[in-house]
Amino acid sequence: MNLLDTLLRCVATLVVFLVLPLVVGQTEHKVMAHMQGRLGPMYAGGFHGWAQLVADGVKFAQKEDVVPSGADRRIFQLAPAVALLPYLLVLLAIPVGPGGFVGQAIDAGIFFVLAVMGIGVLGSLMAGWASANKFSLLGGLRTAAQLMSYELPMLLAAASVAMAAGTVSLPGIVDAFHWWWIPWQTIGAFVFFTAGLAELQRPPFDMPVADSEIIFGAYTEYTGLRFALFLLSEYAGIVVVSGLTTVLFLGGWHGPFSDSLGWLWTLLKTFALAFVVIWLRVTYPRLREDQLMRFAWTVLIPLALAQLALTGIIKVAIS
Amino acid sequence: MPIPGSGLAKGLAVTLRTMTRRSVTAQYPDVQPVLPPRSRGVIALLEENCTVCMLCARECPDWCIYIDSHKETLPAADPNARARTRNVLDRFAIDFSLCMYCGICIEVCPFDALFWSPEFEYAETDILELTHERERLREWMWTVPAPPAHDPAAEEPKEIAMARKAADKLAAAAAAAEEGDA
Repeated sequence: MNLLDTLLRCVATLVVFLVLPLVVGQTEHKVMAHMQGRLGPMYAGGFHGWAQLVADGVKFAQKEDVVPSGADRRIFQLAPAVALLPYLLVLLAIPVGPGGFVGQAIDAGIFFVLAVMGIGVLGSLMAGWASANKFSLLGGLRTAAQLMSYELPMLLAAASVAMAAGTVSLPGIVDAFHWWWIPWQTIGAFVFFTAGLAELQRPPFDMPVADSEIIFGAYTEYTGLRFALFLLSEYAGIVVVSGLTTVLFLGGWHGPFSDSLGWLWTLLKTFALAFVVIWLRVTYPRLREDQLMRFAWTVLIPLALAQLALTGIIKVAIS
Repeated sequence: MPIPGSGLAKGLAVTLRTMTRRSVTAQYPDVQPVLPPRSRGVIALLEENCTVCMLCARECPDWCIYIDSHKETLPAADPNARARTRNVLDRFAIDFSLCMYCGICIEVCPFDALFWSPEFEYAETDILELTHERERLREWMWTVPAPPAHDPAAEEPKEIAMARKAADKLAAAAAAAEEGDA
C-alpha cells in the first residue's frame, strides 16, 4: 500500500512535469504571437496549432546528436540532465492542495527547494564549460555570475515568508497563510519572482543565452534531443518558479471552496504567474550584463532586506 | 516628473492591448485576400478587339509582348473600289517572367483589347510556362471584373457627354422648328 502510494505520487509528478511545461510553451507561442499582432502556429494538429510543440519534439528527436570533437564528452552529454532533473525534484515538493496533496511533503521544504533549484543552473555552467566554444564559455560564466547574485535576494525573500509563517515546510506555510499576507509580503513576492526569472534566464534577464550576441550562450553547441531537454528545463523552470511564488506568496490553494477545489486554485495562480512571465518576455528588451548585476545588488537585495525587517517588526508586533 | 516605473507599466499595457486586438495576419491559402478593384494580377487579351497595331509591343519597357501577324486581302465589294487589306493575328503572347506589371500596354491600346485581371495565382515551376499564349490570355478575360462605377461627382465620360450634346442640339432644333411652324 505504502509503496503503491509512493509510486503513484511519483508517476503523477512525472506526468505533471511532462505536461505543464508543454502547456506553458504552447501558451507562450500563442500569447507572444498575439501580443505582436500575429497568429502564431496555426497548422500543427489542425486546431490553432495545438500540437506545435509535439511536432517540435519529433523534429528534435530526428536530429543528429552532435558532440564537438574538442568538447569534454561526458560532461557535455550529462549537462542537459543536470539542468532538467532538479526541476522535477522541486516539483515533487510543491504542495498543490490541502491535506497532503503533494508529491512528497518535506519538513525543510524551502531549504530543499532553493538548494535543488540552484543545481539546475549548474547544468548551464557545465554545458558552457564542456562545449569548448568561446560563446558557450561566456554564456556559462554569465550564468554562474547571475546565479551568484540572484540566489541571495531569492533566499532572503523566501526567508521572510518562512519567518512570517514560523515554519520552513511548504504545506505549513500555505496553511498559515492569511489574505493580509499579500500586502504584507508584496515586496518579497516581487523580489522572489524577479530573482526567479533571472535564475531561469528568461527575458529580460536572458544575458547568458542572448542569442543575438553570444549565439545561444551555453547551448550553442547542442543539437537535437539534448537541446530540447535544455528548452524543456526552461519551461519546467517557469512552472516551478510560478508554482513556488504561488505557494509562498499568493496562498497556494486558498480561495473559495478550497476544501474541494484547492488544487484548481494553485493551478490557476500558477498559470496566471506563468502568463506574467511570458508577458514580461514579450514586453521588455534584454538588460545589459552590468545593468543586470547592478539591479540585483543595488535594488533587489536592499528590497529583500527591507522586507525581512518589515516582516520581523510586524511579526513581533502581532505576537 | 513622471512616476518611476511608469514607462515599464506603459510597455506592459501596450503588449496587453495588442493581445486583445485582432491580429493582422492574412491566412492566405486558407482565406483568399480581398483585393481592391483595379488590382494588377494578370493581363487579359480580348483578341477580337486587337487590330495588330503593335503599339503595346512597341511601348512595352521590357519587350515581353510577342506578336506575329499576316495580312489578308479582302476582295473589293464594289468593282470600282480597291481591294482592302486586313491584319490577322497569328500569335499574341506575354512573357510574365519579364513583365513588370507597369500596365503601359493596357494604357496605350487604342481598341480596348488588353485588360487587367486581379487573378494572381499562376506561378509555375518552369519559367517557360510563364509565357502565356493567346488562348490563355483570352481565358483570363473571363476573370476581368466590370469597371468600377464613376464617382458621383466625377466628370461625365466623354462618349456620353458628346452623345448628350448632340441629342440636346437635335432637341433644340426640333423645338425651334416646331415654334417656327406655329
